Formats: sequence, structure tokens, C-alpha cells
Amino acid sequence: MGQISFKSVGKTYAGGVTAVSDVTLDVAEGEFIVLVGPSGCGKSTLLRMVAGLEEITDGEIDIAGRVVNRLDPADRDIAMVFQNYALYPHMTVKENMAYGLKNRRTPKAEIEARVAEAARMLELQPYLDRKPRALSGGQRQRVAMGRAIVRQPAAFLFDEPLSNLDAKLRVSMRMEIRKLQRRIGTTSLYVTHDQLEAMTLADRLVVLNGGKVEQIGKPLEVYHRPASTFVASFIGSPAMNLLDARVEGGQVWLGGAAMGPAGRAEGPVTLGIRAEDLRPAPASQGVALKVEHVEELGSGRVVHGHVDGQTLAVSMAPGLSIGDVLHVAAAPEALHLFDTTTGRRIETRTRTAELVQ
Amino acid sequence: MTDTPMTLPQSPGLMARLRGFWEGSSRNPAKRVQFDRPLTPWLFVLPQLLIVAIFFYWPSVQAVTSSFYLEDPFGFGSTFVGMDNYTDAISSREYRRIAGFTAFFAVMVTGLSLSIGLLLAVKADKVIRGASAYKTALIAVYAIAPPVSGLIGMMFFDMHMGPFTEMAAWFGYEMKVGINYNDTAFALILVAVWKQIPYNFIFFLSGLQSVPVSVREAALIDARSGWRRFKDIVLPLLAPTAFFLLIINITYSLFDTFAIIDVMVKDKPANNPMTLVYKVYLDGFKGNDIGGSSAQSVILMVVVAALTVAQFRFLERRVHYG
Repeated sequence: MGQISFKSVGKTYAGGVTAVSDVTLDVAEGEFIVLVGPSGCGKSTLLRMVAGLEEITDGEIDIAGRVVNRLDPADRDIAMVFQNYALYPHMTVKENMAYGLKNRRTPKAEIEARVAEAARMLELQPYLDRKPRALSGGQRQRVAMGRAIVRQPAAFLFDEPLSNLDAKLRVSMRMEIRKLQRRIGTTSLYVTHDQLEAMTLADRLVVLNGGKVEQIGKPLEVYHRPASTFVASFIGSPAMNLLDARVEGGQVWLGGAAMGPAGRAEGPVTLGIRAEDLRPAPASQGVALKVEHVEELGSGRVVHGHVDGQTLAVSMAPGLSIGDVLHVAAAPEALHLFDTTTGRRIETRTRTAELVQ
Repeated sequence: MTDTPMTLPQSPGLMARLRGFWEGSSRNPAKRVQFDRPLTPWLFVLPQLLIVAIFFYWPSVQAVTSSFYLEDPFGFGSTFVGMDNYTDAISSREYRRIAGFTAFFAVMVTGLSLSIGLLLAVKADKVIRGASAYKTALIAVYAIAPPVSGLIGMMFFDMHMGPFTEMAAWFGYEMKVGINYNDTAFALILVAVWKQIPYNFIFFLSGLQSVPVSVREAALIDARSGWRRFKDIVLPLLAPTAFFLLIINITYSLFDTFAIIDVMVKDKPANNPMTLVYKVYLDGFKGNDIGGSSAQSVILMVVVAALTVAQFRFLERRVHYG
């Protein structure tokens, strides 16, 4: 059993609306888990259920070997970092950090030591006697982190902690959070809707959709082997191309061109290809793409167009000349097949196992 | 960590704002509106200034002047008597007794209506189902005009049929509001408090609801005891509201309770509690002692002004404006 474990956890509101259903997950000690999904997918609700801010209506949550369903938030041995920091506006930085410890009757000298240590780690020493309103967004964020760190809890809970910061600061804070978590080694649950943040931070990702777990796995595993069309389109940027295709005679056919071997039951499938997996190819080998729009990104370009009446995006190196019609192809191992009705992945070969490494 | 600290302007206290206004300087020059002609801004404030001048400055000046004169009750002339009216008032035992009662009354009414209003607001804030019904029921009282609440109070304490009188009778106590000094004082305070609770309730409730949810949740994780969370987090964040209400409530208990007192004390035998404001009215309009009454009202004005300044000076410093 892990540091935090979810056993068929669910949440149904009094009105009958189900926000989260049947989540089962074991989080190992020191692991960094990111809960990711679009807004309304239940990720924040799940986190708040761990914190004790939402009631758990189904299943059980264990933290450090204790069932916490009936425990007060203060008794669960967790610390939370909120999206809008939730600092106490009338207290100084130091008081903000010390408040939780003071209420737990931690000896004064111990509080001083822990606050000093956290302030050193987060480079907050010059601001200890300031009130939150005299701090910048990034500094407030660090105070919120400090408030969590000094508690030395069994787990950190992060609820979209970076979404109130500007883009540049977000990237640097992201790295700081990761470094800090590695150093302290505290089990962490992190909620975000930003797939990039999720990919870069997580030891393991939990992709949620409509209150259900779509896929749990390491970031690259999820990236290279999405379990469903939802995950395929949510993780990665630009989003994976999803096209209606057919399997005939062991080949995947798209717009009259054979894209690669499929080796499974015949019929319609959803073909997933990442934009960066598509390469220009000779006319005889690729599928024809009617170019409509080219996005210049500097480091590369994304070509948008139509294949067989369906939109397709292709990432290309800069400098290549682009005509009106482009023939593109992808390596057989870069083709993802999904069931057209359920959206679940259809396994073709064992080739994915190699890719994950 | 390269982000520069954002220096938010310290939100100035009321006194500072007043001072800023007086000195004509604004702390935030970007927000100053410039007018093409110097007269234009004065035109905008003119209606307000006129009202203040007619209903406050002019009567105040009148009161100060007439406090130095002994006026003929029938308006046939007046004699300058200097400070006599003031010394008469202050040296009168009755005046000092009423001043004592006024202080007691103000402390009781302010204290009780603030604390009960806060208690109700905290409880109502926690109600989820039917919250608006509770709130309406609590706020409705505020819509009652003071003389009417005085009348209702009279009925409650009526010697023949008042429910409060009956309740006191169960314990073997014969309550005589309007005759017994202490009973009347009790009834006055009760009605005055009852009338003011909804006002405090509305402000405290909106103050409570402006405490960010996430701050409360953070406190929920930091402190197990509800009382602790209230005392350490919610109360300090309510302090600006509480300070404002303190000033308003003191003013209410001193001045706005006039109608309640009038309804409950008028036409009753003489030995009844009253506040200084009521005595000003009695001496001036019933006793026709305009000079003495003016002197009393000037004293009252000075005391209240001093009290308010003192509160801003010493209390407001400890208030954290968010």
C-alpha cells in the first residue's frame, strides 16, 4: 500500500450530480502525481476530497496508513497550496508559515527553525516581516509553498498553484516546485489543466475525464501510448490528429493511401497520428494533404490542411518549401488505432513497449 | 527569483484619507481628475455642501451662540450670560446623573447589539438551506421606524397585558416600566438593542461573506478548533467592518434612540431614565430654556467629536484594511 491510496473513491453531490466516480490509485511514498484533465473533470474535487474539504461519498482514502474519510482536514497530516495562495492577509509571511505549527503545539524553537529553513530554501528571508499584500505574485506563491513545507506533512496537495502567475514565471516556478519536491521527498498530488505542466512535473500522470480515470501512467507512456482518443487529444501539443480511416487487408487506409500495417480486424477505425510524427514523403508513398494554412513558430512550422475532407496538422522543420499539396507519411510505429465507438486504444503490436523506454 | 516586489499602495486609514482630502493632496496622482475651470468641481459638490451647511453648520453656529445667552421663554429678548449656561449644566446633579446613565446606556446598547449581531451573522453564515428566509427574518426588523419599535416595546412591557411583564411575574417580580427607574432603563436598552441588531447583522454578514473561501479552507487545514479559526482568521478580517459599526452604533445609541425614549418615557412620571439628547429636547422645548439646552447640546457635540477622534486615533491603527 502506498502513501496515499484511493479505493473506488467517488463523489456524488446531494443533487445527484456525480463529480468523481470509481477512482482507484496507489501513490508511492515520495511520488509526484499530477491529476490532469479539462475543467469540470473532477480533478480538483478529488484533491479536495483528500484534503477533507469535500466529503467522500464512496470508497476510501488512506493517507500514511490511516483511513481519513471521517477525519477533520487538520487531522489528515496534509498541507495544501491553493490556486489563489489563500494567505492570511493580516499576518506577516512569518506568521503565515508558523500558524499551522502553532496550532499543533510545536515548540517555539522548532517553529523558528522550520520557518527559517523554509525561508532559506524559498529565498524568502528578506520578506519574513512583510504582509502578503506587499509581495509579488511569485513571492506569494512561495509563501504558500513555505506554509506547506514547514508542516512536514505526509503529503502536499497542490490545487493549480501556478495558474495565477504569468507565463514566464509559471515556467520557472514549475521547475522550482519540482526541484523542491525532489529535495524534500514528500509525496505530492498536483492538480492542473495544463498538459505541459502535467508532463514536465509528474512521476505519474492521472488523466481524468468526466469524473473517471482515463489513463494512469508515466508521462512518456501516456504520450506514446494514449489509452483513448480523449487522452490522445488532450496530452501533447499540437493535439494528436484523429482521423476516420479503414483497415482493409491488414493495412490502414486513409484517403486512398495505405498508411501502414494494422494486422487486426477489418473495418472502420480512428487513426491517431501526432503532428511531429508525420514526414514529407514521395507522392507514391504518402497521403496527399491540401495545404491551407501554415503557422510559423520560429523553431519550426505547423502545416494545417485537409486529407480526404478531414483536418490534419503536420509539424515540419523550418526552411522546407511547401507547395499547395504535400505528401506526408508516418512510421508504422507512430500510428495509433482507436475503436470508433468506444474511443479505446486498439493494440496492434508490442512495438509500443520499445518506444516507452 | 528575479520577480520584483510589487509595491501595492498601503490602503490609507480613514483619518489619513480625511487628512489627504483636507490638504488637497491625493496619494494616487494618477487618479486625480483635472477640470478645465477651477469652479467646476465646486459646482459638483455644491448641493451636498448646501445640505450640510443648512442642516449642520448653521444650526451648530446658532446653538453655540445661543448657549451664551439667557433667552426669554417667549422670545422677547436675550441677555448675554457668558459661560453661565455651561457651569449651570455641569454643576447640576441631575445633569451628571443623566450623563452617567447616557454613558451606561451607550455602552450597553453598543456592546449588546454588536455582539448579538455578530453572533447571529456567524450562525446565519453557516446556514445553507433556507438561508435567505433566515436573513430576511432577521433583517426585517430594521425596516421598522424607531417610534414604532418604541410603541411595540411599550406594548411588550405594558403593565396590564405586556408579555415581558407577565414573564417577570412568573418569577414573582412586578415589572413597572415607566414608573420604576431600573425597569424603564432595562426596557429602553432592550428595545434599542433589538432595533439595532439587524443593522449590525447585515454588515457583519456581508463582512463574513467577503472573507475568501480559500482563506477559510487554508485555516481549516491549519487549525482544528473552530473558535481558534474564528478568533485568529475571521475576526481580524472583520475588524474594518467592526470598527465602522462601533462608530455607527455609538452614534445610534446616543442620538438615534431619541424616538424610542420619547415613546416610552413621555407622559410618564418624572423619575425616568433618559439620555442627554432627550434632556436637551426636554429643557429646550418643554422647559423653554433655549440657552441651557444649547449649552448642553454643545457639550454633547464636543464629547462625541472627541470620542470619535479618539477611536480613529487609537482603535483604527489596529484595524487591518485588506
